[in-house]
Amino acid sequence: MLVSRLSRIGVQTVKQLARGMCTSLCRTGFLQTPYSQCRQPWFELHTDPKAFQGTLFQKHYLFSSTASGSDIGDGSERKEMISVTFVDKDGEEKHIKVPIGMSMLEAAHEHDIELEGACEGSLACSTCHVIVMDVECYNKLEDPTDEENDMLDLAFGLTETSRLGCQVIAKPELDGIRLAIPAATRNFAVDGYVPKPH
Amino acid sequence: MYPARTWLSRSFSNISSHPLRVCVVGSGPAGFYTAEKMLKAHQGAEVDIIDRLLTPFGLVRSGVAPDHPETKIVINQFTRVVQHERCSFFGNVTLGSSISLAELRELYHVVVLAYGAESDRDLGIPGEDLSGIHSAREFVWWYNGHPDGKNLNPDLKSTDTAIILGQGNVALDVARILLRPTTELATTDIASHALAALNQSSIRKVYLVGRRGPVQAACTAKELREVLGIKDLYIHIKEVDLLKSSEDEEVLKNNRIQRRVYELLSKAATSGNSHSSSGQGELHFVFFRKPACFLDSGTGHVAGVHFEKTVLKGVGPGKQVAVGTGKFEDLDCGMVLKSIGYKSVPVDGLPFDHQKGVVPNASGRVLTDALGDQTLLEKGLYVCGWLKRGPTGIIATNLYCAKETVASISQDLEQGTLAAVTSLPKPGREGLLQLLDDRNVRIVPFSGWEKIDSEERRLGSLRNKPREKLTTWEDLLKVGTE
Repeated sequence: MLVSRLSRIGVQTVKQLARGMCTSLCRTGFLQTPYSQCRQPWFELHTDPKAFQGTLFQKHYLFSSTASGSDIGDGSERKEMISVTFVDKDGEEKHIKVPIGMSMLEAAHEHDIELEGACEGSLACSTCHVIVMDVECYNKLEDPTDEENDMLDLAFGLTETSRLGCQVIAKPELDGIRLAIPAATRNFAVDGYVPKPH
Repeated sequence: MYPARTWLSRSFSNISSHPLRVCVVGSGPAGFYTAEKMLKAHQGAEVDIIDRLLTPFGLVRSGVAPDHPETKIVINQFTRVVQHERCSFFGNVTLGSSISLAELRELYHVVVLAYGAESDRDLGIPGEDLSGIHSAREFVWWYNGHPDGKNLNPDLKSTDTAIILGQGNVALDVARILLRPTTELATTDIASHALAALNQSSIRKVYLVGRRGPVQAACTAKELREVLGIKDLYIHIKEVDLLKSSEDEEVLKNNRIQRRVYELLSKAATSGNSHSSSGQGELHFVFFRKPACFLDSGTGHVAGVHFEKTVLKGVGPGKQVAVGTGKFEDLDCGMVLKSIGYKSVPVDGLPFDHQKGVVPNASGRVLTDALGDQTLLEKGLYVCGWLKRGPTGIIATNLYCAKETVASISQDLEQGTLAAVTSLPKPGREGLLQLLDDRNVRIVPFSGWEKIDSEERRLGSLRNKPREKLTTWEDLLKVGTE
């Protein structure tokens, strides 16, 4: 799906800015995650994460509203769709538009993105585990409930910005969100698998 | 890397003039995820799933607790797999008696064993065969209407106390079923014989006993939260058991599940009343106790458990085992449920590691040598699920397990190690059906299950339950083959 240049720049900016914040994640939780772009550059860009938060939010907000405006001409739809990028286990990106109110699990399935959903969004499994790639975006989500955390306990390749796809609901502030689908081919046995500290 | 492999094996299957015949033994999560991944990775593969039961879905049907309907939703996905044009299900086919492993390997290019673990680990202590002692697996089969579990008839009326050995999720499931108000179970798909027995149960006090401490408890937060939240239940945890050593602190720091479980237990220990009121249900978490022997009432029935007190001893980073202290304590009870682990059972001609209770394998490829020599492979024979890695993990674990096994199969097809096997056509499905017909084995296809399914739903709707399970072989066979 086509994404306007503006929104891409917006996403890029967010990505760049978020890198500083992710450095600490890399050290604790991200090391086992398979997509390599996560590891390499972030170590170089270690800046005080707090300093970014204010500017990041403003810029992101600005970009997101402009992006959806230029992307969809029709004014009525403007508020109803956000841009979401899924990054699969091979690092391939898929850009989609998701209507406000729809869960990322449903959105992924509508676009044939390979995200498991064994319990169909009823909070009884952890197969729709996604990693929110921008910490800013992650922070815009409501905190996970106890029930979601209970399931995240059992997710493979858990990170500090992990969520269940069925619990991430599209809202305007999330425009440009990037979600990585973790690959868990090693250490899949629960007993042999050591979850990362949270 | 993976797409390339998929493409290669796809083209391999396509250029060959005959389909790749695949048989999966066992229709639980491991079997179904294997079938799904095989169908996807190999456009020329024809996948047959066989099961000794008449009904598919393995532990999703007979293991998952009746009050966890959300967990069973995965059945929808499995149903879509079997409805695939290249996939079939045949129930009532037992590996080892309906058909031997050698015969199956003759009929199919690839055989994947995913038949799980249908037996139990033993404690190996005196008194284990007294009446009133059951394995948790048998009890779970009983309340879940497994056709081999109906006759357990546990006596819930002669005692007010049950001891559950083990503190994993199965132990918690069993405790919850014993203590939860039956009005709440009545609207689940629990077997009607179990609901009737639980309605008359006099058991109101349940002990959950573990050899180690709350930091090492094997359950997960969801199940613990549920059992702690049962209405009007008195929870007892000794506060002294919650003291942590520096090793314990280290474990909690590095392990999210353990940390959250410990927090729930601590909270439960300090909240609530210090005494139970009369008639109130009670759940006691007992830590640092190892069963030494079972006590006989004098009539061959269990009257209690003789426990040795334990302490933890570090045996490596993050790993502590329970060792006996030579001090003992008895707990009285009239029923014991052992929830100390499932065990797989081998079939004739299958290499088996009796110590670990699994089939020796390298990423799902069955090894000839039970000692694990990686060079001798059983060509065309693979394993997935509990039979491959032991009886642990959740449903989703089998997804990754199946991916690994299917990746091994794809690699073997691609690199030619299966060439000798796949170069010739195999009889596959037609051959299997012919052989079973010759032996008068009455197979139950997926359409048979669909009849059972709709009959169960119909019966359930009469009682305000999602389904009323058919619990005897006769009833299942009658409905499934009519």
